[in-house]
Amino acid sequence: MATTRSIFDILGPVMIGPSSSHTAGAVRLGLLARAIFGRQPDAAVITLHGSFASTGRGHGTDLAIVAGLLGMRPDDHEIVRAFQHAAEAGMAVRIVNGDLGAVHANTALLTLSVGETAVEIQGSSVGGGEVLITHIGRFEAYADGRMPLLIVEHADLPGEIASVTRIISASGANIAQMRVSRTRRGAEALMLIETDTPLPAATLAEIESLPGVMRLRAVPAV
Amino acid sequence: MAYETFAELLEAACEHGSLARAALAQEVVESGESAGAVRARLTGHLTVMRDAVEFGLNGTARSRSGLVGGDAARIDAAQGGPLDGVASRAIAAAVAVAEVNASMGRVVAAPTGGASGVLPGVLLTLADERALGDDAIVDALLAAGAIGAVIASRTNLSGAAAGCQAEIGAGAAMAAGAATELLGGTPEQSGHAASLALQGLLGLVCDPVGGLVEVPCVMRNATGTAVALSAIQMALAGVRFPIPFDQVADALASVGRALPVSLRETATGGLAITPAARALVSGGADPATDISGR
Repeated sequence: MATTRSIFDILGPVMIGPSSSHTAGAVRLGLLARAIFGRQPDAAVITLHGSFASTGRGHGTDLAIVAGLLGMRPDDHEIVRAFQHAAEAGMAVRIVNGDLGAVHANTALLTLSVGETAVEIQGSSVGGGEVLITHIGRFEAYADGRMPLLIVEHADLPGEIASVTRIISASGANIAQMRVSRTRRGAEALMLIETDTPLPAATLAEIESLPGVMRLRAVPAV
Repeated sequence: MAYETFAELLEAACEHGSLARAALAQEVVESGESAGAVRARLTGHLTVMRDAVEFGLNGTARSRSGLVGGDAARIDAAQGGPLDGVASRAIAAAVAVAEVNASMGRVVAAPTGGASGVLPGVLLTLADERALGDDAIVDALLAAGAIGAVIASRTNLSGAAAGCQAEIGAGAAMAAGAATELLGGTPEQSGHAASLALQGLLGLVCDPVGGLVEVPCVMRNATGTAVALSAIQMALAGVRFPIPFDQVADALASVGRALPVSLRETATGGLAITPAARALVSGGADPATDISGR
């Protein structure tokens, strides 16, 4: 059994009901996807899978994900009016049910776009408000939003990982976890680096200037 | 980490003087936060709980499906039932919070959203009855959290993992143990209260109509409250439950593992598949939704 670190794991979260997985976790999925995308999308297509599809509407999962995309926290009273807020903010939203295959029962695929740029982000609400982003674009991912996360899209070149970690190390930040994935050898790759503290802007700029780094996103804990 | 066994919690309570102080000392060590900061966060939780009771009792909260809402106000206004007085008020408060949860209002999961009514129903009502202040209620929340953590060290506190016994059952055990200390009971009596509450809800299945946290979840917050109150009454009278709380919690975990998937939040067994439940949700299956069409 997972160890309970704190009585606040038992008493909490403070949340908008009814369900920590289908509502509070769904808000966090939206929040994380927004942070990974890097801004509020102009359009979002939300595909609900499994239990999210069959009971999501009754649990407000649809409202919750949209609220997260708008930057609301899981205890925001305005979650229930998320669709109105989306309309006012000019974010077009479409909710559909779909089969995403052999994935967790509470999974959603968010297709977020601004203009011609679209990114597919898939994640699951795994219980008690905890979430896991499993796919970002073509890459497999593993992000739970508990710690500051640096996402680096880069060319799959020798030494690239060492260069990035050297810069982080020089900034004094500590790497808590790191994962890498790639589309195929020598093509594009993705680094997911969790740090104990957020990285300073200068550090991010230095990493971004590395040859081979194509895109970089600092995702705060949500 | 929080105490994983009630035996350890009890030992620490003997050293520190109460379950609440033992829980606070451990939380301070684990989190690195000051005692004052931990108490301030719990005071924030208390405010959320009070607001939920108040909003629920005014009777306007309605769930999105329309299946629940308005019952807390009904209970609060009624006279002449066998539990008139503190028990009726506690049940009304518990249902109030559960209705607010079902209506996309703000609650404190305790330990879950679906079981968020029992703890405030019991603690706030008893504290109000005895004119006990916020500090005393925050102490009770500390004790409740520590008791919940003992159960959580054995099983995930979710209906999907172990049935409703791990939600309402855990909430009732937390409320019973914490309120017993709130009312002047010893740490041992709190343990008996928690055991007495949990034994009464062992095996409770998770069978939500339509898969929603509404029926029977809202009413089960009343059930959990009544069970907790009877456990507190017994424990303060000196009734001892012969199975230690750690072993009752072990039993909950093993019963949870034995429950078929159909009775663990999948809405494929129990009340969820009764003809009446099916009639309630017919046509309610979630079709694809376009925001413009709402």
